[in-house]
Amino acid sequence: MHGLINKSLQAFLSDSFGSALWHEIAQRSGVAQAIGPDGFESMQTYDDSLTEALLLAAAAVLRRPRDSLLEDMGTYLISNERMEPLRRLLRFGGVSFTDFLYSLDDLQGRGRLAVPDLALPEFTLDERGMGRFTLVCRGGISGFAQVMVGILRALADDYGALAVLDHSDSAAEGEERISIEVHDPAFHAGRRFDLSAEAR
Amino acid sequence: MDGDLRLPPFGLSAQALGQLMPMHLWLDTACRIRGAGPTMLKLMGPDVLGQGLDSVFSLRVPRRADHAGALLRAQRLLMKLRAAPGTGFKGVAVPLTGDGGVLLNLSFGYAVHDAVRDHGLSATDFAPTDLAIELLYLHEAKVAVMGEVTRMADRLQGAKVRAEAQAVTDALTGLGNRRAMEAALDRLLASESGFALMHLDLDYFKQVNDTLGHAAGDHVLVEVAARLRASVRGGDLVARVGGDEFVILLAGVHDLSPLQRVGALILHRMSEPIVFQGNPCRIAVSMGAVLRTQGEAVAGDHLMARADAALYASKGAGRARLTLAEVDGGCQPLCSADSQDPVDR
Repeated sequence: MHGLINKSLQAFLSDSFGSALWHEIAQRSGVAQAIGPDGFESMQTYDDSLTEALLLAAAAVLRRPRDSLLEDMGTYLISNERMEPLRRLLRFGGVSFTDFLYSLDDLQGRGRLAVPDLALPEFTLDERGMGRFTLVCRGGISGFAQVMVGILRALADDYGALAVLDHSDSAAEGEERISIEVHDPAFHAGRRFDLSAEAR
Repeated sequence: MDGDLRLPPFGLSAQALGQLMPMHLWLDTACRIRGAGPTMLKLMGPDVLGQGLDSVFSLRVPRRADHAGALLRAQRLLMKLRAAPGTGFKGVAVPLTGDGGVLLNLSFGYAVHDAVRDHGLSATDFAPTDLAIELLYLHEAKVAVMGEVTRMADRLQGAKVRAEAQAVTDALTGLGNRRAMEAALDRLLASESGFALMHLDLDYFKQVNDTLGHAAGDHVLVEVAARLRASVRGGDLVARVGGDEFVILLAGVHDLSPLQRVGALILHRMSEPIVFQGNPCRIAVSMGAVLRTQGEAVAGDHLMARADAALYASKGAGRARLTLAEVDGGCQPLCSADSQDPVDR
Protein backbone atom coordinates (compact mmCIF):
# COMPACT_ATOMS: atom_id res chain seq x y z
CA MET A 1 0.00 0.00 0.00
CA HIS A 2 1.35 3.39 -0.95
CA GLY A 3 2.74 5.63 1.81
CA LEU A 4 0.31 8.42 0.87
CA ILE A 5 -2.64 6.19 1.79
CA ASN A 6 -0.97 4.88 4.93
CA LYS A 7 0.05 8.35 5.99
CA SER A 8 -3.51 9.62 5.43
CA LEU A 9 -4.75 6.84 7.69
CA GLN A 10 -2.16 7.83 10.29
CA ALA A 11 -3.12 11.53 9.98
CA PHE A 12 -6.80 10.65 10.34
CA LEU A 13 -6.22 8.52 13.47
CA SER A 14 -3.87 10.99 15.09
CA ASP A 15 -5.89 14.13 14.23
CA SER A 16 -9.23 12.58 15.22
CA PHE A 17 -8.27 10.64 18.35
CA GLY A 18 -5.04 12.29 19.53
CA SER A 19 -1.41 11.32 19.21
CA ALA A 20 -1.43 9.22 22.40
CA LEU A 21 -4.03 6.87 20.91
CA TRP A 22 -2.20 6.87 17.60
CA HIS A 23 0.98 5.71 19.37
CA GLU A 24 -0.98 3.01 21.17
CA ILE A 25 -2.46 1.81 17.86
CA ALA A 26 0.97 1.94 16.21
CA GLN A 27 2.42 -0.13 19.08
CA ARG A 28 -0.36 -2.68 19.13
CA SER A 29 -0.37 -3.15 15.36
CA GLY A 30 3.39 -3.61 15.20
CA VAL A 31 3.69 -0.58 12.89
CA ALA A 32 5.88 1.28 15.41
CA GLN A 33 8.18 -1.73 15.69
CA ALA A 34 8.30 -2.24 11.91
CA ILE A 35 8.89 1.32 10.72
CA GLY A 36 9.60 3.41 13.82
CA PRO A 37 7.50 5.55 16.15
CA ASP A 38 7.11 8.43 13.66
CA GLY A 39 5.04 6.20 11.40
CA PHE A 40 4.72 6.29 7.65
CA GLU A 41 6.55 8.33 5.05
CA SER A 42 4.29 9.51 2.25
CA MET A 43 6.56 8.67 -0.67
CA GLN A 44 7.35 5.06 0.17
CA THR A 45 5.49 1.85 -0.42
CA TYR A 46 4.69 -0.49 2.48
CA ASP A 47 3.54 -4.05 2.69
CA ASP A 48 -0.28 -4.34 2.61
CA SER A 49 -0.24 -6.42 5.80
CA LEU A 50 0.95 -3.35 7.73
CA THR A 51 -2.16 -1.38 6.71
CA GLU A 52 -4.35 -4.35 7.56
CA ALA A 53 -2.73 -4.69 11.03
CA LEU A 54 -3.14 -0.97 11.65
CA LEU A 55 -6.86 -1.07 10.83
CA LEU A 56 -7.35 -4.12 13.04
CA ALA A 57 -5.56 -2.47 15.97
CA ALA A 58 -7.40 0.84 15.44
CA ALA A 59 -10.78 -0.91 15.57
CA ALA A 60 -9.76 -2.74 18.76
CA VAL A 61 -8.21 0.25 20.58
CA LEU A 62 -11.01 2.66 19.63
CA ARG A 63 -13.75 0.00 20.05
CA ARG A 64 -15.24 1.04 16.72
CA PRO A 65 -16.35 -1.14 13.81
CA ARG A 66 -13.80 -1.09 11.01
CA ASP A 67 -16.41 0.04 8.45
CA SER A 68 -17.43 3.13 10.36
CA LEU A 69 -13.79 4.05 10.97
CA LEU A 70 -13.07 3.80 7.25
CA GLU A 71 -16.09 5.92 6.38
CA ASP A 72 -14.98 8.56 8.90
CA MET A 73 -11.57 8.54 7.31
CA GLY A 74 -13.20 9.30 3.95
CA THR A 75 -15.03 12.26 5.46
CA TYR A 76 -11.80 13.45 7.08
CA LEU A 77 -9.98 13.37 3.73
CA ILE A 78 -12.40 15.92 2.29
CA SER A 79 -13.34 18.06 5.26
CA ASN A 80 -10.09 18.44 7.20
CA GLU A 81 -8.10 21.57 6.44
CA ARG A 82 -4.85 19.56 6.31
CA MET A 83 -6.22 17.53 3.41
CA GLU A 84 -7.22 20.57 1.33
CA PRO A 85 -4.88 19.66 -1.57
CA LEU A 86 -6.70 16.32 -1.94
CA ARG A 87 -10.15 17.93 -1.86
CA ARG A 88 -9.03 20.33 -4.58
CA LEU A 89 -7.57 17.55 -6.73
CA LEU A 90 -10.86 15.65 -6.51
CA ARG A 91 -12.93 18.76 -7.27
CA PHE A 92 -11.07 19.07 -10.57
CA GLY A 93 -13.09 15.99 -11.55
CA GLY A 94 -16.30 17.84 -12.34
CA VAL A 95 -18.23 21.08 -12.20
CA SER A 96 -21.15 19.49 -10.33
CA PHE A 97 -21.53 16.45 -8.07
CA THR A 98 -23.12 14.46 -10.88
CA ASP A 99 -20.36 15.54 -13.26
CA PHE A 100 -17.89 14.45 -10.59
CA LEU A 101 -19.53 11.02 -10.33
CA TYR A 102 -18.96 10.52 -14.06
CA SER A 103 -15.25 11.32 -13.55
CA LEU A 104 -14.83 8.41 -11.10
CA ASP A 105 -14.21 6.01 -13.99
CA ASP A 106 -11.00 7.98 -14.54
CA LEU A 107 -10.00 8.18 -10.86
CA GLN A 108 -7.48 5.36 -11.07
CA GLY A 109 -5.83 7.01 -14.10
CA ARG A 110 -5.86 10.46 -12.53
CA GLY A 111 -4.25 9.04 -9.41
CA ARG A 112 -1.56 7.40 -11.51
CA LEU A 113 -0.96 10.66 -13.39
CA ALA A 114 -0.21 12.41 -10.08
CA VAL A 115 1.73 9.57 -8.40
CA PRO A 116 2.71 6.78 -10.82
CA ASP A 117 2.84 4.00 -8.20
CA LEU A 118 -0.31 5.03 -6.33
CA ALA A 119 -2.42 1.90 -6.88
CA LEU A 120 -6.00 3.05 -6.39
CA PRO A 121 -8.87 0.58 -6.86
CA GLU A 122 -10.75 0.57 -10.15
CA PHE A 123 -14.10 2.38 -10.12
CA THR A 124 -16.94 1.92 -12.59
CA LEU A 125 -20.08 4.05 -12.49
CA ASP A 126 -23.35 2.50 -13.69
CA GLU A 127 -26.18 4.91 -14.35
CA ARG A 128 -29.59 3.58 -13.34
CA GLY A 129 -31.63 6.65 -14.32
CA MET A 130 -33.50 9.28 -12.26
CA GLY A 131 -30.27 10.42 -10.57
CA ARG A 132 -29.52 6.92 -9.33
CA PHE A 133 -26.08 5.35 -9.79
CA THR A 134 -24.13 2.29 -8.73
CA LEU A 135 -20.42 2.68 -8.17
CA VAL A 136 -18.51 -0.60 -8.46
CA CYS A 137 -15.14 -0.73 -6.70
CA ARG A 138 -12.65 -3.47 -7.60
CA GLY A 139 -9.23 -4.15 -6.05
CA GLY A 140 -7.54 -2.31 -3.22
CA ILE A 141 -7.78 -3.32 0.41
CA SER A 142 -11.07 -4.68 1.60
CA GLY A 143 -13.14 -1.76 2.84
CA PHE A 144 -11.77 0.81 0.42
CA ALA A 145 -15.31 1.39 -0.76
CA GLN A 146 -16.20 2.41 2.82
CA VAL A 147 -13.60 5.18 2.58
CA MET A 148 -15.20 6.11 -0.75
CA VAL A 149 -18.63 6.36 0.91
CA GLY A 150 -17.17 8.89 3.36
CA ILE A 151 -15.45 10.77 0.55
CA LEU A 152 -18.61 10.90 -1.59
CA ARG A 153 -20.80 12.02 1.36
CA ALA A 154 -18.42 14.84 2.17
CA LEU A 155 -17.98 15.79 -1.49
CA ALA A 156 -21.75 15.88 -2.10
CA ASP A 157 -21.85 18.37 0.75
CA ASP A 158 -18.87 20.20 -0.72
CA TYR A 159 -20.67 20.57 -4.06
CA GLY A 160 -23.91 21.49 -2.32
CA ALA A 161 -25.76 18.42 -3.61
CA LEU A 162 -28.25 16.32 -1.66
CA ALA A 163 -27.30 12.68 -2.08
CA VAL A 164 -28.06 9.39 -0.30
CA LEU A 165 -25.35 6.72 -0.26
CA ASP A 166 -25.43 3.07 0.67
CA HIS A 167 -22.63 0.50 0.74
CA SER A 168 -23.15 -3.14 -0.06
CA ASP A 169 -20.80 -6.07 -0.62
CA SER A 170 -21.03 -7.45 -4.09
CA ALA A 171 -21.66 -11.05 -5.04
CA ALA A 172 -18.40 -11.02 -6.98
CA GLU A 173 -15.13 -11.67 -5.14
CA GLY A 174 -13.06 -8.54 -4.35
CA GLU A 175 -15.84 -6.25 -5.50
CA GLU A 176 -17.82 -3.71 -3.46
CA ARG A 177 -20.77 -1.60 -4.50
CA ILE A 178 -22.03 1.83 -3.49
CA SER A 179 -25.51 2.91 -4.46
CA ILE A 180 -25.88 6.66 -4.92
CA GLU A 181 -29.08 8.67 -5.25
CA VAL A 182 -28.65 12.32 -6.14
CA HIS A 183 -31.90 14.00 -5.07
CA ASP A 184 -30.98 17.62 -5.61
CA PRO A 185 -27.73 18.52 -7.33
CA ALA A 186 -28.05 22.15 -6.16
CA PHE A 187 -29.48 21.65 -2.67
CA HIS A 188 -27.34 24.40 -1.17
CA ALA A 189 -24.42 26.60 -2.19
CA GLY A 190 -21.68 24.19 -1.17
CA ARG A 191 -18.07 25.17 -0.74
CA ARG A 192 -16.31 27.46 -3.17
CA PHE A 193 -13.90 25.99 -5.65
CA ASP A 194 -11.61 28.18 -7.73
CA LEU A 195 -9.56 26.53 -10.44
CA SER A 196 -6.64 28.59 -9.24
CA ALA A 197 -5.63 27.78 -5.65
CA GLU A 198 -4.43 31.39 -5.22
CA ALA A 199 -7.69 33.01 -6.38
CA ARG A 200 -9.64 34.74 -3.60
CA MET B 1 -3.00 19.18 -45.08
CA ASP B 2 -4.31 15.62 -45.15
CA GLY B 3 -7.99 14.70 -44.98
CA ASP B 4 -11.10 15.39 -46.94
CA LEU B 5 -10.70 18.81 -48.55
CA ARG B 6 -14.21 19.04 -50.01
CA LEU B 7 -16.18 22.01 -48.74
CA PRO B 8 -18.33 20.81 -45.82
CA PRO B 9 -22.05 21.20 -46.49
CA PHE B 10 -22.73 22.81 -43.06
CA GLY B 11 -22.47 26.10 -41.24
CA LEU B 12 -22.24 26.82 -37.50
CA SER B 13 -24.32 29.15 -35.38
CA ALA B 14 -22.38 31.67 -33.27
CA GLN B 15 -23.53 29.78 -30.17
CA ALA B 16 -22.34 26.43 -31.48
CA LEU B 17 -19.01 27.98 -32.47
CA GLY B 18 -18.71 29.49 -28.99
CA GLN B 19 -19.38 26.13 -27.40
CA LEU B 20 -16.85 24.37 -29.57
CA MET B 21 -14.20 27.10 -29.35
CA PRO B 22 -14.93 29.47 -26.45
CA MET B 23 -11.63 31.23 -27.15
CA HIS B 24 -12.09 32.10 -30.83
CA LEU B 25 -11.94 35.50 -32.52
CA TRP B 26 -13.66 36.36 -35.79
CA LEU B 27 -11.89 39.10 -37.76
CA ASP B 28 -12.69 40.83 -41.02
CA THR B 29 -10.14 41.29 -43.84
CA ALA B 30 -8.81 44.45 -42.16
CA CYS B 31 -8.31 42.52 -38.91
CA ARG B 32 -11.10 44.23 -36.99
CA ILE B 33 -12.78 42.11 -34.33
CA ARG B 34 -16.27 41.18 -35.47
CA GLY B 35 -17.05 38.43 -32.99
CA ALA B 36 -15.54 36.37 -30.19
CA GLY B 37 -16.17 33.25 -28.16
CA PRO B 38 -17.65 33.71 -24.64
CA THR B 39 -14.35 33.21 -22.82
CA MET B 40 -12.51 35.69 -25.05
CA LEU B 41 -15.31 38.21 -24.54
CA LYS B 42 -14.93 37.74 -20.79
CA LEU B 43 -11.19 38.40 -21.04
CA MET B 44 -11.37 41.37 -23.44
CA GLY B 45 -14.53 43.08 -22.25
CA PRO B 46 -17.56 43.82 -24.46
CA ASP B 47 -16.21 47.05 -26.02
CA VAL B 48 -13.74 45.39 -28.34
CA LEU B 49 -16.14 44.57 -31.14
CA GLY B 50 -15.24 46.68 -34.18
CA GLN B 51 -11.75 47.49 -32.84
CA GLY B 52 -8.59 46.45 -34.66
CA LEU B 53 -6.75 43.37 -33.40
CA ASP B 54 -3.64 45.54 -32.96
CA SER B 55 -5.36 47.90 -30.55
CA VAL B 56 -6.58 45.12 -28.25
CA PHE B 57 -3.53 42.83 -28.46
CA SER B 58 0.15 43.46 -28.77
CA LEU B 59 1.30 41.06 -31.45
CA ARG B 60 4.59 39.17 -31.26
CA VAL B 61 4.12 36.73 -34.15
CA PRO B 62 3.40 38.22 -36.62
CA ARG B 63 4.68 41.67 -35.55
CA ARG B 64 1.93 43.53 -37.39
CA ALA B 65 -1.45 42.51 -38.75
CA ASP B 66 -3.30 45.18 -40.67
CA HIS B 67 -4.72 42.68 -43.10
CA ALA B 68 -5.82 39.08 -42.71
CA GLY B 69 -3.08 37.72 -44.98
CA ALA B 70 -0.38 38.46 -42.36
CA LEU B 71 -2.17 36.28 -39.81
CA LEU B 72 -2.76 33.50 -42.28
CA ARG B 73 0.90 33.35 -43.30
CA ALA B 74 2.07 32.85 -39.70
CA GLN B 75 2.35 29.20 -38.72
CA ARG B 76 1.50 30.04 -35.14
CA LEU B 77 0.26 33.28 -33.59
CA LEU B 78 1.72 34.72 -30.38
CA MET B 79 0.02 37.73 -28.80
CA LYS B 80 -0.71 39.43 -25.48
CA LEU B 81 -3.67 41.44 -24.23
CA ARG B 82 -2.70 45.11 -24.02
CA ALA B 83 -4.78 45.51 -20.86
CA ALA B 84 -3.21 44.44 -17.56
CA PRO B 85 -2.12 41.82 -16.62
CA GLY B 86 -1.12 41.24 -20.25
CA THR B 87 -2.35 37.67 -20.53
CA GLY B 88 -0.55 35.82 -23.32
CA PHE B 89 -2.04 33.58 -25.99
CA LYS B 90 -0.92 31.28 -28.70
CA GLY B 91 -3.22 30.52 -31.60
CA VAL B 92 -3.88 29.70 -35.18
CA ALA B 93 -5.71 31.59 -37.96
CA VAL B 94 -7.75 29.99 -40.74
CA PRO B 95 -9.47 31.75 -43.68
CA LEU B 96 -13.26 31.91 -43.80
CA THR B 97 -15.02 31.20 -47.05
CA GLY B 98 -17.37 33.85 -48.34
CA ASP B 99 -16.45 37.20 -46.81
CA GLY B 100 -12.65 36.77 -46.74
CA GLY B 101 -12.39 37.17 -42.97
CA VAL B 102 -10.35 34.93 -40.65
CA LEU B 103 -11.16 32.77 -37.66
CA LEU B 104 -8.60 32.66 -34.84
CA ASN B 105 -8.58 29.97 -32.20
CA LEU B 106 -6.54 30.90 -29.13
CA SER B 107 -5.21 29.10 -26.08
CA PHE B 108 -3.23 30.12 -22.97
CA GLY B 109 -0.46 27.55 -23.44
CA TYR B 110 1.82 27.35 -20.42
CA ALA B 111 0.35 30.58 -19.02
CA VAL B 112 -2.94 28.81 -18.26
CA HIS B 113 -2.27 28.76 -14.52
CA ASP B 114 -1.75 32.53 -14.34
CA ALA B 115 -4.64 33.25 -16.70
CA VAL B 116 -7.09 31.22 -14.62
CA ARG B 117 -5.95 33.02 -11.46
CA ASP B 118 -5.93 36.51 -13.00
CA HIS B 119 -9.33 36.23 -14.69
CA GLY B 120 -11.13 33.94 -12.22
CA LEU B 121 -11.91 31.38 -14.91
CA SER B 122 -13.80 28.18 -14.17
CA ALA B 123 -14.09 24.79 -15.86
CA THR B 124 -17.06 25.97 -17.92
CA ASP B 125 -14.90 28.67 -19.55
CA PHE B 126 -12.99 25.92 -21.34
CA ALA B 127 -14.14 23.59 -24.07
CA PRO B 128 -14.66 20.12 -22.60
CA THR B 129 -12.02 18.86 -25.04
CA ASP B 130 -9.49 21.46 -23.87
CA LEU B 131 -6.81 19.89 -21.66
CA ALA B 132 -6.52 23.07 -19.57
CA ILE B 133 -8.32 21.55 -16.57
CA GLU B 134 -6.14 18.44 -16.73
CA LEU B 135 -3.07 20.69 -16.89
CA LEU B 136 -4.22 22.60 -13.82
CA TYR B 137 -4.95 19.33 -12.04
CA LEU B 138 -1.46 18.06 -12.86
CA HIS B 139 0.09 21.31 -11.72
CA GLU B 140 -1.62 21.06 -8.32
CA ALA B 141 -0.85 17.36 -8.03
CA LYS B 142 2.79 18.11 -8.76
CA VAL B 143 2.91 20.88 -6.13
CA ALA B 144 1.27 18.58 -3.55
CA VAL B 145 3.59 15.67 -4.29
CA MET B 146 6.68 17.90 -4.34
CA GLY B 147 5.58 19.26 -0.96
CA GLU B 148 5.45 15.72 0.45
CA VAL B 149 8.81 14.87 -1.06
CA THR B 150 10.40 18.07 0.29
CA ARG B 151 9.01 17.48 3.78
CA MET B 152 10.30 13.91 3.71
CA ALA B 153 13.74 15.06 2.50
CA ASP B 154 13.86 17.66 5.31
CA ARG B 155 13.00 15.01 7.90
CA LEU B 156 15.62 12.64 6.54
CA GLN B 157 18.23 15.41 6.42
CA GLY B 158 17.51 16.27 10.06
CA ALA B 159 17.75 12.59 11.02
CA LYS B 160 21.02 12.27 9.10
CA VAL B 161 22.57 15.27 10.87
CA ARG B 162 21.48 13.88 14.27
CA ALA B 163 22.73 10.40 13.43
CA GLU B 164 26.09 11.77 12.28
CA ALA B 165 26.46 13.82 15.46
CA GLN B 166 25.50 10.82 17.59
CA ALA B 167 27.97 8.63 15.70
CA VAL B 168 30.93 10.77 16.81
CA THR B 169 29.69 11.70 20.30
CA ASP B 170 30.22 9.87 23.57
CA ALA B 171 26.71 9.71 25.00
CA LEU B 172 27.74 9.91 28.68
CA THR B 173 30.18 12.83 28.61
CA GLY B 174 29.20 14.63 25.40
CA LEU B 175 32.86 14.53 24.34
CA GLY B 176 33.91 13.14 20.98
CA ASN B 177 34.28 9.36 20.83
CA ARG B 178 37.08 7.29 19.31
CA ARG B 179 35.65 7.78 15.81
CA ALA B 180 35.69 11.58 16.27
CA MET B 181 39.29 11.39 17.55
CA GLU B 182 40.45 9.27 14.62
CA ALA B 183 38.81 11.62 12.10
CA ALA B 184 40.38 14.68 13.75
CA LEU B 185 43.78 12.95 13.92
CA ASP B 186 43.56 12.07 10.21
CA ARG B 187 42.79 15.70 9.40
CA LEU B 188 45.78 16.92 11.44
CA LEU B 189 48.08 14.33 9.89
CA ALA B 190 46.94 15.35 6.41
CA SER B 191 47.86 18.96 7.16
CA GLU B 192 51.47 20.04 7.35
CA SER B 193 51.22 21.83 10.69
CA GLY B 194 52.57 20.59 13.99
CA PHE B 195 50.30 19.36 16.77
CA ALA B 196 50.39 17.56 20.12
CA LEU B 197 48.58 14.36 21.02
CA MET B 198 47.92 13.60 24.70
CA HIS B 199 46.78 10.21 25.93
CA LEU B 200 45.17 10.25 29.39
CA ASP B 201 44.16 7.46 31.71
CA LEU B 202 42.34 7.75 35.03
CA ASP B 203 44.03 6.12 38.01
CA TYR B 204 41.97 4.41 40.74
CA PHE B 205 38.84 4.59 38.56
CA LYS B 206 38.12 0.88 39.00
CA GLN B 207 38.19 1.30 42.79
CA VAL B 208 35.61 4.12 42.59
CA ASN B 209 33.36 1.89 40.47
CA ASP B 210 33.82 -1.10 42.79
CA THR B 211 33.34 0.72 46.11
CA LEU B 212 30.85 3.51 45.26
CA GLY B 213 29.04 1.95 42.31
CA HIS B 214 28.67 2.68 38.60
CA ALA B 215 26.67 5.85 39.19
CA ALA B 216 29.69 7.27 41.01
CA GLY B 217 31.92 6.09 38.14
CA ASP B 218 29.69 7.85 35.63
CA HIS B 219 29.72 10.98 37.75
CA VAL B 220 33.53 10.92 37.81
CA LEU B 221 33.73 10.54 34.03
CA VAL B 222 31.34 13.44 33.43
CA GLU B 223 33.24 15.63 35.88
CA VAL B 224 36.64 14.72 34.43
CA ALA B 225 35.32 15.43 30.93
CA ALA B 226 34.22 18.91 32.00
CA ARG B 227 37.61 19.60 33.63
CA LEU B 228 39.54 18.44 30.57
CA ARG B 229 37.32 20.51 28.30
CA ALA B 230 37.95 23.56 30.51
CA SER B 231 41.73 23.01 30.33
CA VAL B 232 42.06 23.36 26.55
CA ARG B 233 41.11 25.89 23.87
CA GLY B 234 37.66 25.76 22.28
CA GLY B 235 38.97 24.36 19.01
CA ASP B 236 40.97 21.50 20.59
CA LEU B 237 39.52 18.03 20.47
CA VAL B 238 38.86 16.13 23.70
CA ALA B 239 37.64 12.57 23.13
CA ARG B 240 36.74 9.69 25.41
CA VAL B 241 38.28 6.74 23.58
CA GLY B 242 37.71 3.99 26.13
CA GLY B 243 36.19 3.33 29.58
CA ASP B 244 38.48 5.71 31.46
CA GLU B 245 40.78 6.75 28.61
CA PHE B 246 40.86 10.14 26.94
CA VAL B 247 42.76 11.70 24.04
CA ILE B 248 43.39 15.40 23.58
CA LEU B 249 44.57 16.84 20.26
CA LEU B 250 46.18 20.30 20.43
CA ALA B 251 46.40 21.78 16.94
CA GLY B 252 49.20 24.20 16.04
CA VAL B 253 51.44 23.20 18.98
CA HIS B 254 55.10 23.11 17.96
CA ASP B 255 57.03 23.03 21.24
CA LEU B 256 56.87 21.91 24.84
CA SER B 257 55.64 25.04 26.62
CA PRO B 258 51.93 24.93 25.61
CA LEU B 259 51.91 21.21 26.32
CA GLN B 260 53.39 21.82 29.75
CA ARG B 261 50.83 24.55 30.45
CA VAL B 262 47.92 22.30 29.49
CA GLY B 263 49.35 19.40 31.52
CA ALA B 264 49.82 21.59 34.59
CA LEU B 265 46.33 23.03 34.23
CA ILE B 266 44.78 19.54 34.03
CA LEU B 267 46.73 18.38 37.08
CA HIS B 268 45.67 21.51 38.93
CA ARG B 269 41.99 21.04 38.07
CA MET B 270 42.18 17.33 38.93
CA SER B 271 43.57 18.18 42.39
CA GLU B 272 40.06 19.41 43.31
CA PRO B 273 38.30 16.40 44.84
CA ILE B 274 35.34 14.92 42.97
CA VAL B 275 32.49 14.29 45.39
CA PHE B 276 29.61 11.91 44.70
CA GLN B 277 26.69 11.95 47.17
CA GLY B 278 28.96 13.16 49.92
CA ASN B 279 31.69 10.61 49.17
CA PRO B 280 35.00 11.85 47.81
CA CYS B 281 36.11 9.84 44.78
CA ARG B 282 39.87 9.57 44.78
CA ILE B 283 41.01 9.92 41.19
CA ALA B 284 44.28 10.85 39.52
CA VAL B 285 45.17 11.24 35.89
CA SER B 286 48.29 9.96 34.16
CA MET B 287 49.22 11.48 30.83
CA GLY B 288 51.54 10.73 27.95
CA ALA B 289 52.11 13.16 25.11
CA VAL B 290 53.79 13.24 21.76
CA LEU B 291 54.58 16.12 19.39
CA ARG B 292 54.26 15.89 15.64
CA THR B 293 56.59 18.57 14.28
CA GLN B 294 55.69 20.61 11.23
CA GLY B 295 55.79 18.54 8.05
CA GLU B 296 56.91 15.34 9.84
CA ALA B 297 55.68 12.22 8.05
CA VAL B 298 54.36 9.88 10.72
CA ALA B 299 51.47 7.42 10.99
CA GLY B 300 48.64 7.98 13.45
CA ASP B 301 49.00 4.63 15.17
CA HIS B 302 52.74 5.25 15.62
CA LEU B 303 51.96 8.54 17.40
CA MET B 304 49.37 6.77 19.53
CA ALA B 305 51.85 4.03 20.46
CA ARG B 306 54.48 6.57 21.51
CA ALA B 307 51.97 8.57 23.56
CA ASP B 308 50.89 5.29 25.14
CA ALA B 309 54.48 4.45 26.13
CA ALA B 310 54.85 7.92 27.68
CA LEU B 311 51.56 7.40 29.55
CA TYR B 312 52.92 4.17 31.05
CA ALA B 313 56.10 6.00 31.98
CA SER B 314 53.89 8.49 33.90
CA LYS B 315 52.16 5.64 35.69
CA GLY B 316 55.53 4.04 36.49
CA ALA B 317 56.89 7.30 37.85
CA GLY B 318 54.07 7.60 40.40
CA ARG B 319 50.94 8.70 38.46
CA ALA B 320 49.35 12.17 38.25
CA ARG B 321 51.96 13.47 35.86
CA LEU B 322 52.65 14.23 32.18
CA THR B 323 55.48 12.57 30.28
CA LEU B 324 56.61 13.41 26.75
CA ALA B 325 57.65 10.71 24.33
CA GLU B 326 60.82 11.86 22.59
CA VAL B 327 61.77 11.13 19.02
CA ASP B 328 64.66 8.86 20.03
CA GLY B 329 62.25 6.61 21.98
CA GLY B 330 63.13 8.08 25.38
CA CYS B 331 60.78 9.81 27.80
CA GLN B 332 60.93 13.24 29.34
CA PRO B 333 58.87 14.21 32.42
CA LEU B 334 57.09 17.51 31.79
CA CYS B 335 55.06 18.16 34.94
CA SER B 336 53.61 16.35 37.94
CA ALA B 337 50.98 16.87 40.61
CA ASP B 338 53.75 16.86 43.27
CA SER B 339 55.25 20.07 41.93
CA GLN B 340 52.01 21.53 40.44
CA ASP B 341 54.42 23.41 38.23
CA PRO B 342 56.16 22.45 35.07
CA VAL B 343 59.18 20.32 35.88
CA ASP B 344 62.33 22.30 35.29
CA ARG B 345 64.47 20.86 32.58
